[in-house]
Amino acid sequence: MVNQLNSLPGPDDIYRAVLPNGITVLTRSNFNSPSVVVAGYFDAGALFDTDEKLGLAEYTVAALMRGTKGNTFDEIYNALESVGASLGFNTGVHKSGFNGRSLAEDLPLLFDLLSEALTAPIFPKAEMEKLRAQLLTGLAIRAEDTGDMASMVFDQILFKGHPYSRPEDGYPETIQTIKRTDLVKFHREHYGPRGMVIAIVGAVKPENAVKQVERALGGWQAKGQREVPELPPLKTLKKTVSKHHRIKGKSQSDLVIGTNGPMRRDPEFMPASIGNNILGQFGMMGRIGDVVREKSGLAYYAYSSMNAGIGPGSWEVSAGVSPQNVKKASGLIVDELKRFVQEGISADELADTKANFIGRLPLSLESNGGIANALLNIERHNLGLDYYRRYADLVNEVTAEDVLSAARKFIDPDKLVIAFAGP
Amino acid sequence: MKNNLTQVTLSNGLKIYLKEIHTAPIISSWLWYRVGSRDEVPGRTGVSHWVEHMQFKGTEQFPASMLDKAISREGGTWNAFTYMDWTAYFETMPADKIDLALRLEADRMSNSRFEAEEVASERTVIISEREGNENEPLFILGEAIQQTAFRVHPYHHEVIGDMADLRTMRRDDLYHHYRTFYVPNNAVMAVAGDFDTQSMLAQIRELFEPIPGGSEPARLMRPEPPQNGEVRLAVEGPGATSYVQVCYRFPSAAHPDFFPLAVLDSLLAGPSNLNMFSGGISNKTSRLYRALVDKEYAVSVHGGAQATIDPFMYTITMTVHPKRKPEEALAALDREIQRVQHEKVTREEITRAIKQARALFAYGSENITNQAFWLGYAEMFADYGWFETYLDRLAGVTAKDIRRVANEYFRTQSRVVGTYIPLDGKTEW
Repeated sequence: MVNQLNSLPGPDDIYRAVLPNGITVLTRSNFNSPSVVVAGYFDAGALFDTDEKLGLAEYTVAALMRGTKGNTFDEIYNALESVGASLGFNTGVHKSGFNGRSLAEDLPLLFDLLSEALTAPIFPKAEMEKLRAQLLTGLAIRAEDTGDMASMVFDQILFKGHPYSRPEDGYPETIQTIKRTDLVKFHREHYGPRGMVIAIVGAVKPENAVKQVERALGGWQAKGQREVPELPPLKTLKKTVSKHHRIKGKSQSDLVIGTNGPMRRDPEFMPASIGNNILGQFGMMGRIGDVVREKSGLAYYAYSSMNAGIGPGSWEVSAGVSPQNVKKASGLIVDELKRFVQEGISADELADTKANFIGRLPLSLESNGGIANALLNIERHNLGLDYYRRYADLVNEVTAEDVLSAARKFIDPDKLVIAFAGP
Repeated sequence: MKNNLTQVTLSNGLKIYLKEIHTAPIISSWLWYRVGSRDEVPGRTGVSHWVEHMQFKGTEQFPASMLDKAISREGGTWNAFTYMDWTAYFETMPADKIDLALRLEADRMSNSRFEAEEVASERTVIISEREGNENEPLFILGEAIQQTAFRVHPYHHEVIGDMADLRTMRRDDLYHHYRTFYVPNNAVMAVAGDFDTQSMLAQIRELFEPIPGGSEPARLMRPEPPQNGEVRLAVEGPGATSYVQVCYRFPSAAHPDFFPLAVLDSLLAGPSNLNMFSGGISNKTSRLYRALVDKEYAVSVHGGAQATIDPFMYTITMTVHPKRKPEEALAALDREIQRVQHEKVTREEITRAIKQARALFAYGSENITNQAFWLGYAEMFADYGWFETYLDRLAGVTAKDIRRVANEYFRTQSRVVGTYIPLDGKTEW
């Protein structure tokens, strides 16, 4: 049988290098399939967007492959798609990122296109306008999506006055104001090798992978790449705030209830994650699923999640319910949150979740994409190359008291955001 | 054993596929039943999917409350899917814990309780699932198209079933369906991962062979008669975005024409990804993207072929550009369809489609769950040989084949065109 611990990535099989221009490269070989994943991030997220031009960071990443100094939009995608490869960009609040994959034989091509898109986009006018129509249609579809809108309203209330309150894809009126020159400027000021991290996982030897990054991006220099701004302090809730965002003609409402959660680097992160699993994930969606779905039959999905990143996180419960059941479901969820912070968790629940966290790790690291995400996670949060080998110990040392105090630190059942969208 | 693959049929008719893969300490086990919405009559639409939900509600040995906890505790992941032709249950577990999954599946093949209370609470869960689907314009449109395209064949209704039946079906309807179709001779078990074939087989025999075979379930034999002329329909709903779906009749996956059609799909709309656990690739240089999205008739276009037992549909979905009318997008699509019917495609385009398929296969093989999926999935509409020879059969496709199938299957007279008309009109921008 394959040894479980050795199958997890660790210092002996993760290769890490930092290029002279600041790009960090992490690689791990996997020759079980002839394919390769390339993923990464860089400091050009929506945090840099002004309120008036919110969505600019996203517009920029979406436009990177619409034409470069060397190739047209059609030429870029023709090269990629002809070999069954893919490459795409995305934006978050802090970082923008990319994700690509190909057969190992086509990795040089993938790097050429990645390099062109990052370093030499020209943002052709006609392509910008085509893209604008697509972004606006996306926003029109978002406006009709009960899940998206409940989540957006939730963030607007919970993070009021903070950059996390804003949707990275902007609003129709902000997308309308963005000009080609805004994209050019955004790219010039925020794109550069400093802070960029690239993970390469698959059928390629580490030294070869690093050589390819050096060849494609080692010569990239960006003078004047701006520093990432500090996050402003977060205002906390003084009482529970409810908001109903009306979308007519829908047969189901989406509900998001929650509050702030820990940052990834907080000591409460692991206890809170374990608590969250018990609250709304374990088995068929934890205690929340048990009450809302299994016992009451109110929803097809009802679960909790934690978003823990560089800045203050959120801890939320989501459910899709019939419009007439919103109140009933909200009541059940708030009651569960109360029970969670009053009574904490049982020894059995804790043991179950620990076993779950440790046991499922190999599954989450099964594919090249899973490993690439793990490597990026290690680098972004400075977890150490041995993080996944130490993971079981980190999980095992958490006590029921740790979970309870983490829950009490973040969840106050009298100070929640209750956001729902639907008819 | 060929390519680490073993195939055995137990004395009760249960077909077994085993594939040793020693790349990670993981085993994925799948149990496939030949039952789906194709086996449902009006009054009981959605019964297969509901039965699938009830399979998570417990047996004497594994009560509901401990069932999901047991799998999660061992670090496993599990789920189930109901489709038109099949229902599948899988568990992917750390290799040393797979015994739990095998015992559970053997037990719930015949011992699920279907308690009245659980049936009642699951009724509202499924109604809620359907209401969630109804929030989506493309669900509303797709359902209208399917019921129009299939008047006779049971592909007529959505897998989730009609609301009328979800409200009225009773416990005994569900239980009867379960006992009829959940018999070993109507199932295929596929296991892939880090095990020794002989001991895995011995374990499966011990657990599954005592389950008696049942009578061969009766099937609805209601082939869809030919369609004589194009059908157009429209549905209205909230929103500001129009969609057009154009559905052509496609042969079953086992039909030899499925392969030239797969190549044609790839060059028209980008390759359909048949893997369940790995994403596809973009389609921005497919013919339809260039003609529709690049020329701003649509903001996106997708094509989808599905592998089915009986002839089903190939669906092209267009999100209409806000400045265009649905009919303009449709006319632009028609010009492209006529091109593949009248002009020969190049060898390069065929080679490209084959390379795309090869890459998608490689991505799918990174993952043990996906490899186990294919062992049984292919068996639902053909056999595992279908999967193993897929790339070779694509390689045998000629330009002549493509022109022939383009003319035979992409016929205006046998298509259904559906439009989603948004009631909120254009957005203000």
